[in-house]
Amino acid sequence: MKIKKNVAISESGFIFNPTTGDSFSTNPIGLEIIRMLKDDKSKDEIRKSILSKYITDESTFEKDYYDFVMMLQTNQVADDSE
Amino acid sequence: MEKIRYERPVIKKLNTGVMNKYGTRTEYTPVTNIDGARVKDLISEFGSPLFVMSEQTIRKTYKDAVRAFTTRYPKVQFAWSYKTHYNNAICSVFHQEGSWSEVVSGFEYNKALLNGVPGNKIIFNGPDKTDDDLILAINNESMIHIDHLDELYRIIELTDELKKRPKVAIRVNMDTGVYPMWDRFGFNYESGQAWDAINKIILTNKMDLIGLHTHIGTFMLTPSAYAVAATKLLDLAFHIKSKFGKNITYIDMGGGFASRNTLKGSYLMGADSVPTFDDYAEAICSALLNSEYSKEDLPLLILESGRSLVDEAGFLLGTVLANKRLSDGRKATIMDFGVNILFTSFWYEHKISPAQEFSHYTEDSVIYGPLCMNIDVIRENITLPPMKKGDNVVVHTVGAYNMTQWMQFIAMRPNIVMIDMDGKPHLIRKKETLEYMNSLEITPEYLKDFKL
Ligand SMILES: Cc1ncc(COP(=O)(O)O)c(C=O)c1O
Repeated sequence: MKIKKNVAISESGFIFNPTTGDSFSTNPIGLEIIRMLKDDKSKDEIRKSILSKYITDESTFEKDYYDFVMMLQTNQVADDSE
Repeated sequence: MEKIRYERPVIKKLNTGVMNKYGTRTEYTPVTNIDGARVKDLISEFGSPLFVMSEQTIRKTYKDAVRAFTTRYPKVQFAWSYKTHYNNAICSVFHQEGSWSEVVSGFEYNKALLNGVPGNKIIFNGPDKTDDDLILAINNESMIHIDHLDELYRIIELTDELKKRPKVAIRVNMDTGVYPMWDRFGFNYESGQAWDAINKIILTNKMDLIGLHTHIGTFMLTPSAYAVAATKLLDLAFHIKSKFGKNITYIDMGGGFASRNTLKGSYLMGADSVPTFDDYAEAICSALLNSEYSKEDLPLLILESGRSLVDEAGFLLGTVLANKRLSDGRKATIMDFGVNILFTSFWYEHKISPAQEFSHYTEDSVIYGPLCMNIDVIRENITLPPMKKGDNVVVHTVGAYNMTQWMQFIAMRPNIVMIDMDGKPHLIRKKETLEYMNSLEITPEYLKDFKL
């Protein structure tokens, strides 16, 4: 799973995909995850980072991460090549 | 390092400048208390889901409606439409404010009596009045609004038995330019049926025709329809006066004013687009005042408003059970309340607010109820902040018809509380229990024994 190379990500959570012309907004935690994906962090690293920073638990993270990544793919912000 | 509050990661496509089906609504401002009572406290004390009624809003709305009419017309009387919300505490608030009662069944009639409403302040509408109901109403000198000829003839028979002169009105239906026309109740104006019934009543001389009634429909968005209706009733009243020399005591315009809800499919939010009490009052009172009646002869104006008086005072508190992603990518949130207790979600887009603080990020979602039924949809599209299991929501403007039309289906009906004028909650209807439900059922002895 990789964030597409040409996708632009702003400080404020504004995302632009020049290939499709679509723009998106994301919340701070979403932005954090997208940044880590862009830096080629593994899912394990991302989980550790989120769990240490936020009041949540492993199963909630699993569920929400899976859903979020699916939405990134649906919106063609990420592709599913490993 | 101290951990920070977690919020589900969300990403939302931006449609710049295009009005989409989600509209531009800001429904996600959190509502954390109702009249000073904290939503979280209410839920922990009375459970979820929970209906909450605001006494303050009922009294304020009622006073506003009364003001709109009494500043324009000298004689005005409201009669609370029991079917809209017949919880005794709610009815009592309306009666304390001076409202009579309007009922459509023996059950509602007796509820009004038990609430302490004098018989002669009860208006009895509807096509279903049993002999017992009619006898009670005649003896109590209630205002009986005759719906059909069968009822008229039955009352004539009863007057002979009871040796009483009932006080009656007829319900008139008519073309007011609004469709569909509600012509199944009462006697039609245009075809001459209504005039016919009036003649029968007066010429048989067994009862006193004291009023004329109409109820032209519900959630009427065109006040001018009321002007048409009032003019037609007055026309009948004039005919009565000129033919029989009798004055009608009252004109009853029924209910039907819209509440500040949003009908499905409309882009404008109800609160911004529905007519106000002043708009309706202007239409009705002008028609009455511009008639040829002298000031002394003007009839009493009765109004049976239901939804417009109580809808806004009602809230439904609920809890998120789960989130799902549908196959087309939409987010779905499942709540612990469904169409079984929120019947009005079939025709309204109810405003739903989160009951806790959120960041300003939102998602487009579908809101489902918990029933195992495809029809159990509360909102087809709504923009809300990301919510997780256990979060609470407040559904707005649910005070009319839900707590009378709710179904005991799959789950039992929840508690209702009313927040009083000082912000204190009172339980005004207990939630149903398995014990209560089972107490109504009888299993024949021979079925009680089985081996599995
Ligand atoms: C005879 C009569 N009066 C009053 C009402 C109250 O109507 P609303 O809630 O639309 O004001 C109704 C509702 O159906 C009715 O049938």
